[in-house]
Amino acid sequence: MRNAFARTITALAKADPRIVLLSGDIGNRMFDEFKGLFPDRFYNCGVAEANMTGVAAGLALSGFRPVTYTIAPFNTYRCFEQIRLDLCYHNLPVVVAGVGGGLSYAGLGATHHSCEDIACLRALPNMTVLCPGDAVEVGLLLSQAVQGPGPSYLRLGKKNEPVVHQGAPDLRIGKAAVLREGQDVMLLNTGNTLPEAMGAADILAAKGIQAGVASVHTVKPLDTEYLARCFASCRLVATVEEHGSAGGLGGAVAEWLADSYLIENSMPRARLLRLHTGANFLTACGTQTNARQLCGLDAEAVAEAVAQQFG
Amino acid sequence: MADTTPPAWPALAAAAASIRMKAVEMSHRSRAAHLGSALSCADILAAVYFGVLRIDPQNPADPDRDRFILSKGHAASALFAALALRGFFPEQDLEQYASPGCTLEEHPTPKSAPGVEAATGSLGHGLPIGAGMALGARIAGRPTRVFVLMSDGEQNEGSVWEAAMFAAGQHLQNLCAIIDFNRWQATGRSCEVLCLEPLADKWRAFGWSVVEVDGHDPQALADAMSGMPDPSGKPLCIVAHTVKGKGVTFMEDDNNWHYRAPNDDELARALAELAVPSTLDEQ
Repeated sequence: MRNAFARTITALAKADPRIVLLSGDIGNRMFDEFKGLFPDRFYNCGVAEANMTGVAAGLALSGFRPVTYTIAPFNTYRCFEQIRLDLCYHNLPVVVAGVGGGLSYAGLGATHHSCEDIACLRALPNMTVLCPGDAVEVGLLLSQAVQGPGPSYLRLGKKNEPVVHQGAPDLRIGKAAVLREGQDVMLLNTGNTLPEAMGAADILAAKGIQAGVASVHTVKPLDTEYLARCFASCRLVATVEEHGSAGGLGGAVAEWLADSYLIENSMPRARLLRLHTGANFLTACGTQTNARQLCGLDAEAVAEAVAQQFG
Repeated sequence: MADTTPPAWPALAAAAASIRMKAVEMSHRSRAAHLGSALSCADILAAVYFGVLRIDPQNPADPDRDRFILSKGHAASALFAALALRGFFPEQDLEQYASPGCTLEEHPTPKSAPGVEAATGSLGHGLPIGAGMALGARIAGRPTRVFVLMSDGEQNEGSVWEAAMFAAGQHLQNLCAIIDFNRWQATGRSCEVLCLEPLADKWRAFGWSVVEVDGHDPQALADAMSGMPDPSGKPLCIVAHTVKGKGVTFMEDDNNWHYRAPNDDELARALAELAVPSTLDEQ
């Protein structure tokens, strides 16, 4: 995903002189082409995320379209108040790009995990929260985000993740992308676990359970029209995300679900199953694959959790 | 760009006195806090708005304009007074300051009134934003200069020093930080709460050109600010030595006025002290 980010932001900068890339002392070689083409529109802001976010706000207040880029936990938690006030309160068109979303950097330890970022940023007024599921989604969502009316958070994975989308899908911010229809259960995935959700659907099909998969790449604003259709047509809806139990996609859907019970004639039919990384810090060594197995987020575990609901 | 002729010296002192009177009235009327902080920076605001900034109240969005950010946003009453006196909005609007439904909040935002460049109130935000504006002006090739007014207590915030290193590293010579060094923060002496001194040396060590001035001498302040862009290529830091509550003797250097608002009697006494022989309009 990060290579798709670098490729896309370079292409976008060629077409739009307002784009300025700010990096938190990371990814320098990755941006060599960008720096070569636009030396006055790339700034290494050092290991100082609060300032980087404020600088982005100042640039946006001067008519630019800045993108800040560093490791997800540092670009969110460390400078949360700058995001809240400098970006969201002013409602400025700044893309906060976090690389290593979820457990992408599992082996580096909890300092480098970001399993609370969706919850934090989703709570902010004016903020759009984007969690692409593969490199194709990175390119399409980033292209729209830099043109957005306000701030957005782009939660990236790392590199060389499987590409799920075939061709050039019609992907729009705020609209869930259905990758596979299923009558029994819909797996609503956000972010880098998309290949696991697709794998889980295959496993479930072999068990006779018709599972669909939708990429809910936009956690905020939530595609509530799609949710309504989904909950009306299936028996089970399962959210899948490399994010903690509180406030991620599962939390957002649960909030919507609770509210929807109050609306007459909109009684959802499906039950909600939330699959996530839990409520604790992950402290064991291991790769992202190991971490997913520990959290029950690999394809087999997702399929098993869903299958249990069908007895 | 129109309307940039700096008035002569007496106008700066008169402007400062008018800002102080408005701020005292606003605090009395609204019972809002931070009057001491507003009085502390009145001369700085007078110098900025009446002696330095290339701005046009009729065209507040001019992309080439100079920018001023009140990073010590709790002195909003003084900022609003300066903007109104400078012609950005009617002075009578100040009467609604901090009243229910009014956009003139106790901490400023661009939605408060024309002329407010950034939302502040949480300390340590103004200088990074100002650095971004200064950088943006350089990228776009605009003549914009950016001025950021911080408090001395605000120097506690780490983001101030992140921005200080960034601005020096990027040679933002169109950026000026002004520190209202009145030696008080909310609950104690700013040199005792944390280790603040030597403040000017700290900024020098961070790669800035530093000037120390009497923060109640508007002309000296305006002269210091007019030294931009600094020929050294460094950003400019003006350490303005001030007295909290300046201009009202019974408020001066008394930190109770960080939170207190004047009663009727105190208002009358304060206005009597601040009364100037000639108004701004007559000069």
